[in-house]
Amino acid sequence: MRILGAFLMMAWMGQSLAAGINITGAGATFPYPVYARWAAAYEKATGVRINYQSIGSGGGIKQIKARTVVFGASDDPLDATELGKSGLVQWPMIIGGVVPVVNLPQLKGAKLKLTGDVLARIFLGEIKSWDDPALKELNPGLALPKQDISVVHRSDGSGTTFNFTYYLATQSAAWQKAVGVGKAVKWPVGIGAKGNEGVSSMAGRVPGAIAYVEYAYALHSEPVISLRNRDGAFVEPQLEGFQAAAANADWRAASGYSVILSNQPGAASWPMTAASFILMPMRPADPKAAQAALEFFDWCFREGAALATELHYVALPDKVVDMIRNTWHESFRDPDGKPLWTPEGE
Amino acid sequence: MNTREAAALGELKKASVASRNITDQVFELVTLACAALVLAVLGAILLSLIMGSWQTLAKHGVGFLFHNEWDPINGNFGALAPIYGTLVTSVIAIVIGVPLSFGIAMFITELSPRILSRPLMVAIELLAGIPSIIYGMWGLFVFAPLFGQHVQPLLHDTLGRLPGIGLLFQGPPMGVGMLTAGLILALMITPFISAVMCEVFDVVPKALKESAYAVGATTWEVMVRIVVPQTKLGLVGGIMLGLGRALGETMAVTLVIGNAFLISPSLFSPGNTISSVLANEFAEADDDLYTSSLMALGLVLFLIAVVVLVAARLLLWRLRRKAAG
Repeated sequence: MRILGAFLMMAWMGQSLAAGINITGAGATFPYPVYARWAAAYEKATGVRINYQSIGSGGGIKQIKARTVVFGASDDPLDATELGKSGLVQWPMIIGGVVPVVNLPQLKGAKLKLTGDVLARIFLGEIKSWDDPALKELNPGLALPKQDISVVHRSDGSGTTFNFTYYLATQSAAWQKAVGVGKAVKWPVGIGAKGNEGVSSMAGRVPGAIAYVEYAYALHSEPVISLRNRDGAFVEPQLEGFQAAAANADWRAASGYSVILSNQPGAASWPMTAASFILMPMRPADPKAAQAALEFFDWCFREGAALATELHYVALPDKVVDMIRNTWHESFRDPDGKPLWTPEGE
Repeated sequence: MNTREAAALGELKKASVASRNITDQVFELVTLACAALVLAVLGAILLSLIMGSWQTLAKHGVGFLFHNEWDPINGNFGALAPIYGTLVTSVIAIVIGVPLSFGIAMFITELSPRILSRPLMVAIELLAGIPSIIYGMWGLFVFAPLFGQHVQPLLHDTLGRLPGIGLLFQGPPMGVGMLTAGLILALMITPFISAVMCEVFDVVPKALKESAYAVGATTWEVMVRIVVPQTKLGLVGGIMLGLGRALGETMAVTLVIGNAFLISPSLFSPGNTISSVLANEFAEADDDLYTSSLMALGLVLFLIAVVVLVAARLLLWRLRRKAAG
């Protein structure tokens, strides 16, 4: 309730400041840093103010269904039936990566290899010690210590958890059966910490810890983890790997772009890549605001890639962006039935 | 009283009723409205909590309270672990916070030189005013690492070896957990309890204390035999205020409790409380049963608060009766 109150307050303040056009969005926390950065740069360039409140994907979906915001944002894409039922259009906006981090200073910078199945067994509590045979087999040259593994996970519901558990479920039937996929799950073992920063600081402090965080929070962690992808190659978490996963995904086949970038094909693809989505009503109550929001998103696709990279996110591949622009043209209508958006040059 | 006098009194009453002018009546209505608002808000909150949690209560029934499973994916919800965590952390906080506050208040009101008692009072008020998130961050970044590295291993190797009580100090020293949360809570409620204690100790008539000293009582005897019996009601009130804060504290606890749905005898193990679960999960709870279960947790916390309040009232009432009889 307090969050909602704060949000309404912000929305109200935004309205009075933007003088006329009021573009408010709410939702996922995972892409918040990049949306906030884009909004600031866009305001500088055009004077149009975007208010994005990172209240969580669940909140974003609720708000856009109630039409209290111009756009909603979610890490967990809605499926086609739900989109149709609530009259929403959905597209991916930004790509990031979820990365496992490990606190084992004994390895002195050596790289630790993991597979999805081993990761799932660690988070299920089946692999309890760092010198487990399964880990030794993957890392023959490494002097793995005889030390207990302390699992650290998110305590708050989050898109990061959704993407992480989604990946584990693709890798391990036992995980799918015992835990499943969700933004908050029944963790078999471990301690919970709030937010990416909470998880990374907890993992940094508890010796022998393993956790999962957004890529930006894993940049300085040692040792570096490499994870086996669908093609059998061990890849390190890097922006190029996220890009490869996004480029190799089959966006066209999924309605509402509800592609989850976990475990995509391609030798360079990072297996825990994640997209974050935007939701807007097909027949917006305030067409002017919707149009202004689409102009903002278009600007982000054209000008926002560098800013995103700075914050360790990856922009969508150009061919996907073209598809999205077409979707906008085909889907959004003002009250007179005219398209709200027409790509440039048409 | 003769008839003349009675008649005069009646006249006087009538006159005073008549003289109650319109301002007075308006004033009465306004204050009545203020008082009614409190009741209305309370009722509305209770009603919306019950309505919000109806779906879960209909599905799980009373079992919601006694079953330890929290699985948002399969829609199985039980509140036992958060209830357990809420009670255990609050008990730790009270067990440590109350004697600490008593010592502080005793020193300030009885022993400290005037020049020191003023700054001490101000310091307590300042501590009471620090937002809970600051306590939480300090707990997570400063207290928990020190506690995990130095104090927990020590407790594990000493008290942990004892039969019975040793069960409370088992498991790896991670720094965070139920005990850490309880200790941070104790720190947070101490300023409140000690401020109340100072105030009530101050109103004990000087003559009483001085006469006790005059017959040769020690400071301790004066405190325990004179001051405490005189101020019982206020003391209970102060402790209840602290307990209320401990039960409902959210941010600080969320940061240091380890957030696991777990019921373990060991105080080192991670756990959670009702308010920490709400803070963690409310924003992302998207399906109805999940939201409803979180509302039901809110209702449980509300009921715990009511029970505590009623228990405090009963205790006060009994004390008062004893004092009167």
